[in-house]
This record gives sequence, structure tokens and C-alpha cells, in this order.
Amino acid sequence: MTTNGSATKTMTAKTATQNACKLCNPLGACLAFRGIEKCVPFLHGSQGCATYIRRYLISHYKEPIDIASSNFNEETAVFGGSHNLKLGLKNVTQQYQPQVIGIATTCLSETIGDDVPMILKEYKAIMGEADLPTMVFASTPSYQGSHIDGFHAAVRSAVQTFATGGAKKNLVNLFSGMISPADIRYLKEILKEFGMPFMLLPDYSQTLDGGPWAEYHRIPPGGTPTSAIAESGSAAASIEFGSTLEAKKSAAGYLEESFGVPRHQLPLPIGVKASDRFFTLLEELTGQPMPEKYEDERRRLIDAYADGHKYVFGRKAILYGEEDLVISMAAFLREFGVVPVLCASGGKSGLMKKRMLELIPDLEELEIQVREGVDFVDIENEAKVLKPDFLIGNSKGFTMSRKNELPLIRVGFPIHDRFGGQRLHHLGYRGTQELFDRIVNTVIEERQNSSPVGYTYI
Amino acid sequence: MQAKVNLPDPSLITEELINKYPAKVAKKRRKSIVVNDPETTPEVQANVRTVPGIITQRGCSYAGCKGVVLGPTRDIVNIVHGPIGCSFYAWLTRRNQTRPETPEHENYITYCFSTDMQEEHVVFGGEKKLKVAIQEAYDLFHPKAIAIFSTCPVGLIGDDVHAASREMKAKFGDCNVFGFSCEGYRGVSQSAGHHIANNGVFKHMVGNNNEVKAGKFKLNLLGEYNIGGDAFEIERIFDKCGITLVASFSGNSTVGAIENAHTADLNVIMCHRSINYMGDMMETKYGIPWMKVNFVGAESTTKSLRKIAEYFGDEELKARVEEVIAEEMPAVKAIIDEIRPRTEGKTAMLFVGGSRAHHYQDLFTELGMTTIAAGYEFAHRDDYEGREVLPKIKIDADSKNIEELKVTADPDLYNPRKTEAELEELKAKGLEINGYEGMMKQMMKKTLVVDDVSHYESEKLIELYKPDIFCAGIKEKYVVQKMGVPLKQLHSYDYGGPYTGFKGAVNFYKDIDRMVNNPVWKMIKAPWEKAESESLEASYVAS
Repeated sequence: MTTNGSATKTMTAKTATQNACKLCNPLGACLAFRGIEKCVPFLHGSQGCATYIRRYLISHYKEPIDIASSNFNEETAVFGGSHNLKLGLKNVTQQYQPQVIGIATTCLSETIGDDVPMILKEYKAIMGEADLPTMVFASTPSYQGSHIDGFHAAVRSAVQTFATGGAKKNLVNLFSGMISPADIRYLKEILKEFGMPFMLLPDYSQTLDGGPWAEYHRIPPGGTPTSAIAESGSAAASIEFGSTLEAKKSAAGYLEESFGVPRHQLPLPIGVKASDRFFTLLEELTGQPMPEKYEDERRRLIDAYADGHKYVFGRKAILYGEEDLVISMAAFLREFGVVPVLCASGGKSGLMKKRMLELIPDLEELEIQVREGVDFVDIENEAKVLKPDFLIGNSKGFTMSRKNELPLIRVGFPIHDRFGGQRLHHLGYRGTQELFDRIVNTVIEERQNSSPVGYTYI
Repeated sequence: MQAKVNLPDPSLITEELINKYPAKVAKKRRKSIVVNDPETTPEVQANVRTVPGIITQRGCSYAGCKGVVLGPTRDIVNIVHGPIGCSFYAWLTRRNQTRPETPEHENYITYCFSTDMQEEHVVFGGEKKLKVAIQEAYDLFHPKAIAIFSTCPVGLIGDDVHAASREMKAKFGDCNVFGFSCEGYRGVSQSAGHHIANNGVFKHMVGNNNEVKAGKFKLNLLGEYNIGGDAFEIERIFDKCGITLVASFSGNSTVGAIENAHTADLNVIMCHRSINYMGDMMETKYGIPWMKVNFVGAESTTKSLRKIAEYFGDEELKARVEEVIAEEMPAVKAIIDEIRPRTEGKTAMLFVGGSRAHHYQDLFTELGMTTIAAGYEFAHRDDYEGREVLPKIKIDADSKNIEELKVTADPDLYNPRKTEAELEELKAKGLEINGYEGMMKQMMKKTLVVDDVSHYESEKLIELYKPDIFCAGIKEKYVVQKMGVPLKQLHSYDYGGPYTGFKGAVNFYKDIDRMVNNPVWKMIKAPWEKAESESLEASYVAS
């Protein structure tokens, strides 16, 4: 898998994960549930999981995130969590009056083998279904996969729960994946400009990046309405971002299989080419030409590439994070000559290299290394050999960045050592522009700081 | 002297807080919501399980054990045995600082080791992988100690972390390896994890090195975790006074210091909740008395230093302590004189921790602010009502599940540092020897005390009390600020601090001034500014 012998040895010799480059499965599910209107996420397991995941999500989004829990104790762990789950659901319903409760499992409830769908069935039978919130269930054991798997599992489950079939409507579904609230807002703006009715899921653009409250809210306003999710089965098409996301695990895959809604899988639209693919698809689906304002954004972006590539061409970068983010970021960097010498992820889809080859055909010639299932110690070992000019990824690469004096350009999640991570754009021409400016400026700043002259004009 | 503040009728507030709950839950929560009377200290239900579905701010046993107590010791390699999340979420998130002697000295705090348990380990067992992980950590660092922390699945699949630890310890010969059964479902909160951690540290570390080191006034600082550099400020003051800190449990600590802790002559306790077990066990085994202190607040620091000097009963030390106080206080006073006119008469609510909701009231008092409601997240009744209630606390299933170590006097090392008579005399002078009077005796009459306040209740409290500042953690921060009330984080200090000692007090005064008097709050219209109708009008004066 690699051309570098010494670093590989270090990697394969390791059993423990040291400084992980992934988070756990239920975190992703909670995040996705936050993007459904009037939904309270609920973790079936010990309260610590809810507390840790809340504090972690909050550190990035800087917004309230309530996650309920079935608060397992030792007896529950031995005899099963049925009673706690039912009681928990009842209490959440009474206090928060949610329309939806998004239930995700943890390693604890999965290890003891709680049959949550069965428990929910019993609960509905006892309570009578009429006044109950709808329960969406995702199986998310932390000993499988990583946070991104939980995210997609929750989105798929929401669609499975709500979507109904029917005559095809003038409607497009957009499953945009784990992106920033700012990205979601931009995508919504694009879809509106195209004049196409749409259903975007999950939409946490307001729930996780909203304003002060002029009135009390038990559940923050915003999110995809369940009525909209219900219509997704009669949409004309689904667009789903994520290069490694398999149809059998995805919401769009489910809709295609169950209701014949065509699934258009795209890489996250980062860079000109990937954004073009997205906009072209929108043109096809809507029969509308790309609105002039995005033509403008595209022209400005290409102009910026032309103006700025001189600073960054031939520079080497290490990319890390969720596989789909890394894949799209790598293709974007190739558009102006940066070599992503290492593309690393804690995720393990088994598809990463294949998908990257589709986007970067000269991957092997460029000796770009693609690594799944790695941690920051692996990445750092590689960095010592590969000597990149900068790192692109989340805040967790800071230790490595500081130790090796490598600038870190923060993207994705989690960003908890910079302000405004939730407002960063990554997608489309606008997001790409922002990323490109940040990358170029990182290189310029480096050059300026290391120059003995002290240029103010660079 | 605290200012008189208009408070809404607390009994009405209790009803408001619980009326949305189902009857059974309301009945249970009512026992944890108490109108304070410092004279009678009414009973508060505490350390009982959170009801499922009531969103709590509490964490788990693993968080208390690994995150709180063991996390800050810089030269132990901590390996988390379990799926990846638990290790990731506790990775440097407590903001413990540490100061290795030189940059080359060991510091593993920035490391996050996990066995990253996968499905096959859940099915076939993870002990083998754990042992390989321990071996790797040993080969990589040759550390003095390796600690193993069990997460939820470990206890259920039957992995024996203690046996694995013993085996590897014997194999290495020069590395102390020990495990903790701190699965997240044990106990009712992180408090269980504190107890488990105390037991493990006492069994496996304390007493391993009997070398008596130099120093006339030697003490250990217990329950101080060096968040934001708090321990550094206390160390600075101790140094200045000529007091020798043998070990800290566990801010800025090392394995070597903890192994030698039993050679000190006094244990001073900051966070009673998380570490009182250690104080008791060291008293029984080695004869070292413990004393409650508080270095949060300039006045409190002054009092605590005087108590320490009184304990050692040395005139020279007493004189030196007075000199230090005289040197340090003018700078504090200059700042408080400037700030206090802007903070005087304002109100605060504190819902945090197992000691912070008490300690920080001192700083607010110094600012002329009144604490109108307070409560802990994971404390027990003694932290509210004082240790005299200990014999009355019912042992329930949850507390029974946490091991109580049988400790006896060490045949060789037991040496009572003070006679019974001397201890009585010190107590008569107001020193809290082997005792803690709790939070409620310090709070005003008719203020509200709420244990394990739920997310829902804290929002209600803000709505009803409209405090000038709310102190809690990151989980509460943004919801409170959405309502136009500043929230001061007392877990992470909003990434500021230190807040202990003299310099810390000044930092805190400035931070609170900036928060409560910030123009930004005028731009946020609080919900009650729109509709006053929902709030309770009845109010009377508490004093």
C-alpha cells in the first residue's frame, strides 16, 4: 500500500490506537438527529456517553445540544435495558414534547444484545401510538466503524421511518453528509436559486448555528421537518454526497430500492470539478441553467486559482479526517498542483483508494499514499518521512502540527481550538474559494514569517 | 456580610420546577430540591440515580476515574480498554496542566491510548489485545507506571484487567501496572469513579517509597487537579511560605511524589467529594490527619494558610504566613476596590461539580455578589449538609457496588502526627480536622439548593430567578447564553484561569466583571423581557 518501508513497519507493528483519528459511532447519529425538526437524540446506554458526546459536539458547534440517555446501571447492564428505555422515552416526551426521538445504541446496549426495535414495539403497544412522538432507531455500536457510520445510519433510519411512496413529485432529495452548518445554508441557497423544491437531510444549519432566543425553546428551532422527509419517497431523484458511502448503508440507497428514487452519488463538491459535477446534475434534474451568481462564483474561483497557484504549486500536504472529506479535498488540491502526499483516515471503508483513483488517475505516479484505519501516531510517523509543507484536517492534528512545526489548516470536525468552525465553508465554488484563500494565505504567512527581510508585500 | 437580595418565593419555585414531570419523577426530584436554612441544614437527596430520560449533566464512572483523578499525573501511561469514543472524549479535555522538570522529562498527558475494541473482541474477549497494548506502551516509553481503565463492555465480556495488569507488571519488573474497574454503568455518576480511583491509587501507589525527604512543614494537597494552572498558584504560595508539598492528588503530580505521599504530616483537601476517601485511608493507615481547606478566593486562601500554620503550631511559620498575606493582599485589594462597585448586589447561580459550587461562592462574596441557588452535579449529602450526616446516609445498591477498602494501621509506618487531645484543641480553634461542614451552612436562608439539576430545571431556574451570572459547564453554557445570561464555565474556566490563590482571585474578579458588565448582553433580549407574565411575582427579602 505504500512506497515507504520504514514508516509502514512502525504502523503495522502497532496494536493499540494512539491519538485516534476518529470518533465513535453514536456521536455521528446524535449529530444527524439534531438535523431533524423537533427531534431529541436519545442514547440507549450509560449516561456518560450522552454527556461526553454532548460536551464534544458543543465544543465545536457552541450551541446547546441535549441528548437524553437511558442511564444504565449495573442491574440494567445485567438484566437488559428495556425498562430504562421505556421510562426514558416517557420522560423525554413529557418534558420536551418532541415530534421525534432519535434513538441510537451504544457499545453497552449492543454488547448485552438489547433488541431495541422489539422494546419500542412493546412501548408503543403499552402507550398507544396516537400521542407518541415518532421513534427513529439507529444501531450504532461504538466497536464498529466510526462516527461517520453512525451519522449515515441515523439518516437512513430517518428516511426508513418517515418516507412514503406515491406519485413522483417535482422534488429532489439532498443527503449532504457530515458538513458544516454554513455549508448546509449554502446548499439550501443553491437549491432555492435553481427553483427546485428540495428535501435536505439532515439540516442542522439552524439547530447548531442559531441566534439568541426571544422565547424559550425546549428544542432549538430548525431542522428538516418530518413532513418533508415523508415526501422523500416520491422525489424525482436523490443526490447523496460521499464517495465511500455504499447504497446499502445510505438513505438514498434505501429510497432507490424501496421507491425507485434514482440515487445520484457524488463526491463532496469541493474544488471546481466536483462542484461542476454537482451543478451539472442540478441543471439536469431541474432543467434550469446554473444561475448567474454561481457562474460568477465559479469564474472568480478559477481566476483565484490562476492568481494564487504560484504560491502553492508543488507544495506537499497531509490530509486527514473522514474518508469522504479527505478524498474530495485531495482532488481539490490536485486542481492547482498541491500534492496530497498522505491521505489518511481513521475510517475503514476499504474503498478509499479505489475512489481516489477515480478522481486522481495519476495517484500512483505521484506516490500519494492512501491510508485507512490510521491514528495520529501513524500519520506523524509518515510526516517525518514525507516532510509535508502543511497539514489539512481537524483540531486533533494540532499536537503533531506543533511538534513538527507544520502549519495546520483546520477543516471539518472537530474544530475546538479555533473560533467559528461551524461557520467554515468547504463546499461548492464559494466553499472552495474560502479553502483556497486559506491555503494560499497559510503558505504566504509562512514565507513572510521566515523571511529575514520582513516583506509587507508578498 | 452579604447584601440583601430580593428572591422569589422558593417554595413556589420548587413546584414550578417539577410540575412538568410525571408524578413519580416529580416525587423523586422534589427530595433533591431544598429551600436552604443554614441553621438546620435540611436533608437533600443526593448521589441517587438520575431518572432515565431526564437530561443530566452528570458523567460516568470512567470519567471520574480516568478523567478526573488519574488523568493529571503526567508520568503514568493511561490505556483505555474499550471502543474508541471513551478514550477520545477524555483526551486532554479536562485542561489539566502539568509542568515536567525539563522538556525531556516524561509527560504522557497529551497521549490518548486505546485498545480500540472491535466487534471480534466483544465476542471473543479483548484481554489478549490489552496485553499487547500494555507491552507496546512499555516498549515505547518505559514508563514508571501504566494504568488500565475499563469501559462499559469490558465488565460485561468478562475481561480481567486486573489479572492482565498483574501479569504484565510481573513480566516487566520495573513498571507498575494496575487496572481500574471503572465501567461507565457503575455507580450513579463520576463520583463512583473517584472512589474507584482513590482505592486503586491507595493500593497500588501510596506507600511504595518510604524515603523521608527534607522539609519542616510537609503536606499533601488532595483534590486539586490543576485546571487552568490552579495548582501552580497554590505551589507558588506554599513555596513562599516555606511549606513543603510532598504530593498533589493529582494536579501537576508524578508517580514518585504519590508513592512518597505517606511521609507528609498533613493532608489538606480541596475537593472533598473526589478525594475524601484518600484522606480517611491515609489517616487510618499512616496516622496523617486531613483538613478541609479552600484556596478559591483571596480571603479563603488567607484563612486556609492560617489554618495550616495553626496545625503545625510553629510561630515562625505563622509569622511567615502573615508576611506572605501582607505582601499579596494589597494587589488583590487594589483590583477588588476597582471592580466591586460594578459587581456589588448582583446575583449568581452555581451548578457544578462536587466542591466548586461551594468554593466559588467565596469569590462571589468577595465581589459583593450573592449566590441565590446552588447545587452539585455528583456530590453526596455530606458535601451539602456536612460530614456529621455520614452515619445517617442510607447505603443503597449503587454505593454497595463500589468497593470499600478495609484499611488498618500499618504496623511499621503508622505514626499519629497529632495526639487526640491536640486534634481536639485544633478543632476548637475552628480547623476542620477530618471534617467538612458542607455547602449549606454557608448559604443564605431561603436560597435554593438543587442536587443534580437537570437541563430542564436549570432553564426554568434562569427563567424564574434571572440571575446576573450562571456558573456551570460547557453543556449548559450555550443554552444559558441564548437567554441573555452569561455563563461562566467552572470546569474549563472558559479556557482561562488560574482562579486559586491571590493571583487566581484577581483573574476571577476581572473575568466576572467582563462577563456581567459586557455590553453584548444588552443586545440580547431575554425571553422574560418580552413576556413577564410567566415569572413568579411573589417575592420577599432573604438575608
